[in-house]
Amino acid sequence: MSTAHVLLGLLSKHPQHGYELKQAHDAVLPGAKPLAFGQVYATLGRMERDGLVAPDGAERVGGPDRTSFRVTTVGRTSLDAWLDEVEPPAPHASSALLAKVVVALLAADRDRARRYLTAQRKAHTDRLRELTRVKTDPHAGVGAVIAADYAIVHLDADLRWLATTLARVAELDEEIRK
Amino acid sequence: MTEVLLAARGVVKSYGNSPALRGVTIDVGEGEIVAVTGPSGCGKSTLLYCLSGIMRPDAGEISYRGARLDTRTESERSALRRGDFGLLFQFGQLVAELPAVDNVALPLLLRGTRRREARSAAMVWLDRLGVADVGRDLPGEMSGGQAQRVALGRALVTEPRVLFADEPTGALDTLTGEAVLGHIVRVVREQGTAVVLVTHEATVAAHADREVALRDGMLDPTGLGFPMSSPAAAGTGPAAAGPRHAWASGQ
Repeated sequence: MSTAHVLLGLLSKHPQHGYELKQAHDAVLPGAKPLAFGQVYATLGRMERDGLVAPDGAERVGGPDRTSFRVTTVGRTSLDAWLDEVEPPAPHASSALLAKVVVALLAADRDRARRYLTAQRKAHTDRLRELTRVKTDPHAGVGAVIAADYAIVHLDADLRWLATTLARVAELDEEIRK
Repeated sequence: MTEVLLAARGVVKSYGNSPALRGVTIDVGEGEIVAVTGPSGCGKSTLLYCLSGIMRPDAGEISYRGARLDTRTESERSALRRGDFGLLFQFGQLVAELPAVDNVALPLLLRGTRRREARSAAMVWLDRLGVADVGRDLPGEMSGGQAQRVALGRALVTEPRVLFADEPTGALDTLTGEAVLGHIVRVVREQGTAVVLVTHEATVAAHADREVALRDGMLDPTGLGFPMSSPAAAGTGPAAAGPRHAWASGQ
């Protein structure tokens, strides 16, 4: 994910300083990892260097000066281009899950691979239940629901893969040993 | 777990030479939502039919509120399904010739409730499930989600202690299925109704209090329902849509 473009999106409404941006980010993307303040300021620094944002005054509220930033014309163009760009639909089948199954067969045996798949399936199912509770909470906002939905459908895809792979362990083992 | 409401002990059931259940033991507590999961052909629908008295097991015992269920006569089991048990299938369970309100009122009419009272109770349920506006519509005039909510109303109009739901959202798109599932969970929590929820979807099972996985007609010792060899052949059990009007017949 491009943090810079998310920040550009947040700034497109009105100028904000780093502290406000961090709060706004965590509020609109409740399922994402919260942004660290250091990350916000470092990203803003790079964005200013690249001409995507420009200072828009400073204010002091009992502490150091807080510089607000606004989106520049270059920033808007960059944001538009990012929004138009389609994300690559996961072109590489590279995943720790996949690697562990293959390595379990290389380094050990079918039971080891099955044990890993079964344990991974349990971890995925537990997380799925947690997210379902988040999503079905009557007080959950739409932002929280779509964030949970996103994670749930990906977990569900993994779970389907885990089930079919478990059924194919023996065949995979034979192929690897050829 | 809360007090046991429904219990299966060593239940065995075959279709001809094909074993569907090979000694299944499970408990369902008062007000508990239990998902029965597993791949096609694992025996989950057959387990639901045995637990609800639609089928008799070949061996083993089913008990409801501490008393044997499987030894009761067909008419006794059928009566239970018009009162204590509600049934919800994937599709095809509404009487096509009757409007929604009469479909929901039907279990009450079969129990001898006066028509006016039965229709009035049915309207309350349609309203509670957000489909009061289709009360006069025939099933063929409703969307899939509306029809399934009407069917849910019919399953719950007698205020059963157990709802048996076999792939209740299996024929619906994601958002409609989610809405129907939301209604099921909300209403059974309010009523304190236990649910046996058969599903092959992990995302549906995640709404339950507990998940029981089957594999090749047995409880999966890993609790996960994985096929360990090639996936079990589908089609040894009954079709997912379930016996038509099973609540009224003695099937």
